[in-house]
Amino acid sequence: MSTPLAITAVVLVVVATIAIGTWGLRFSRTTSDFFVASRTVGPGLNASAIGGEYLSAASFLGVAGLVLAYGAEMLWYPVGWTAGYLVLLVLVAAPLRRSGAYTLPDFAETRLESRTVRIVSSVLVVAIGWLYLMPQFQGAGLALRTVTGAPSWVGGVVVAVVVVLNVLPGGMRSVTFVQAFQYWLKLTALLVPAFFLMLVWLGDGAASPADATGAVGTALVGSDQWALPISPGDPYVLYTTYSLIVATFLGTMGLPHVVVRFYTNPDGRAARRTTLVVLGLLGVFYVLPPVYGALGRIYAPDLVATGQSDTVVLELPARMIAGFGGELLAALTTAGAFAAFLSTSSGLTIAVAGVISQEVTSRRLSGITAFRVAAVLGVAVPLMLALMTSGVSVARAVGLAFAVAASTFCPLLVLGIWWPRLTDVGALAGLAVGGLGSGVAVVDTLLGLEHTGWTDALLAQPAAWTVPLAFLTMVLVSLATPRRRPAGVRRFLVRLHTPEAVALDRG
Amino acid sequence: MASLLRAQLRLAVGVLTTLTLTVGSLPLLFVVSPSLGDVRVLGMPLPWVILAFAIYPVLVVLGWVYVRGAERNERAFADVVERS
Repeated sequence: MSTPLAITAVVLVVVATIAIGTWGLRFSRTTSDFFVASRTVGPGLNASAIGGEYLSAASFLGVAGLVLAYGAEMLWYPVGWTAGYLVLLVLVAAPLRRSGAYTLPDFAETRLESRTVRIVSSVLVVAIGWLYLMPQFQGAGLALRTVTGAPSWVGGVVVAVVVVLNVLPGGMRSVTFVQAFQYWLKLTALLVPAFFLMLVWLGDGAASPADATGAVGTALVGSDQWALPISPGDPYVLYTTYSLIVATFLGTMGLPHVVVRFYTNPDGRAARRTTLVVLGLLGVFYVLPPVYGALGRIYAPDLVATGQSDTVVLELPARMIAGFGGELLAALTTAGAFAAFLSTSSGLTIAVAGVISQEVTSRRLSGITAFRVAAVLGVAVPLMLALMTSGVSVARAVGLAFAVAASTFCPLLVLGIWWPRLTDVGALAGLAVGGLGSGVAVVDTLLGLEHTGWTDALLAQPAAWTVPLAFLTMVLVSLATPRRRPAGVRRFLVRLHTPEAVALDRG
Repeated sequence: MASLLRAQLRLAVGVLTTLTLTVGSLPLLFVVSPSLGDVRVLGMPLPWVILAFAIYPVLVVLGWVYVRGAERNERAFADVVERS
């Protein structure tokens, strides 16, 4: 692949990101701007920003790679990541905005009137954020190595440095503009090359990717298996699929960078409408990555055998279109990939840094300095993790972050918003059970331990047992401790569900 | 107030039940009749058509139905409060 063009594309994305961030800086004045853009962002801009932030390395590179390697079974990832927004819309969007909290720990403390729940939630936010940041840095390393041949660590370090530069001066407000821009950049970067690739494919006779067998030794899965979302030979496939569905459908609402976006809506009604626009934007985007995976089965089957299927989006344009045109399209997908790393990492860094600065660094430092120190900390740790661990596919690592979020914050939010009897003791017990259960699975996967049979299935996709267990624990322990029910819970629930148009003492 | 909460919860449960019955039943469907993988629509295997394309409009429509319903519930509640 042509190095100068691809490097130019990466540099352009980085410069544009910093430039738009600096432009947004003119509007950013107070600590409140830093965390939530002072809650004055309209639904259109906010929805683009949510889309830009949400579509990470896993969506841009990982989905196509998994589809290329394993086929239709992996289509559940993008479906789940979109459906997660529907569940979020239905269960938490408007009440969460009306709760008046800045972050998940804020919500937990206000609802349950407990410092301890707040601290446990903060630890979980940082853990999920780091788990999610790690594959972004790994993906960046992979992308830069593919297009330039640079060592894997370079890409991760570049992304980390740009994110810190971008977050330090402007905080949330400037990042909102950057991320709205990056959604449209990512969509263009997949849509335009996909259009030309489809033309080439039609010109070649439009052979069905399902029928591609590849040369001998290219390790393609069989046609039946690739075409069907349930591979016939695997006895655990039904469990694994449903576990993935549970993790993605319910995990989205518990992701720290997703939740923090809801506070930037002006009111609960706008929060709902924003989420609906996001659903549409995600649906449009997620049609594209599987196209690359499917075409890759015909034009780049060797990537599977060499374990580089995550690079199919970057490799395909130059392979299918010779000469300058192909190189230009390849540079475009590379630019889109970097937009994906930068936007998701920025959002996560802000969420993680917000929590670290509130809980730790603000005790010693003033508001904005505390946030900046926390941002550097928030990026450094997952960068170290990314440099030390490798070999877990980008989309799978992100899948684990969803499983942890679904096992902890999903029950906390759903029961906290809809069930008055939830107590602080119940919430703590549920967070502990869900967090430990899914945590064991995460550590096991990151260490790459080998298992067989049910142990392997249960640890690879833990959500189907950890989520019900966490819900059950929260409900049962809450029922057993009715005296711990917070005094102000009725008032709080009224505030969550009352439209802003109705006059109400909002405390 | 309790009536608004109940109405919103009923709406939410309705939408989520629809989601479970449609999207949630797909894996079972594919296990029960794996021959669906042989059905081709415009050259694509049927499961691909459903999971890669057709499912997204369904999700958006479900979301749209929910937003309309939730805003209607809130308007009804606001009317009652203002009249009293």
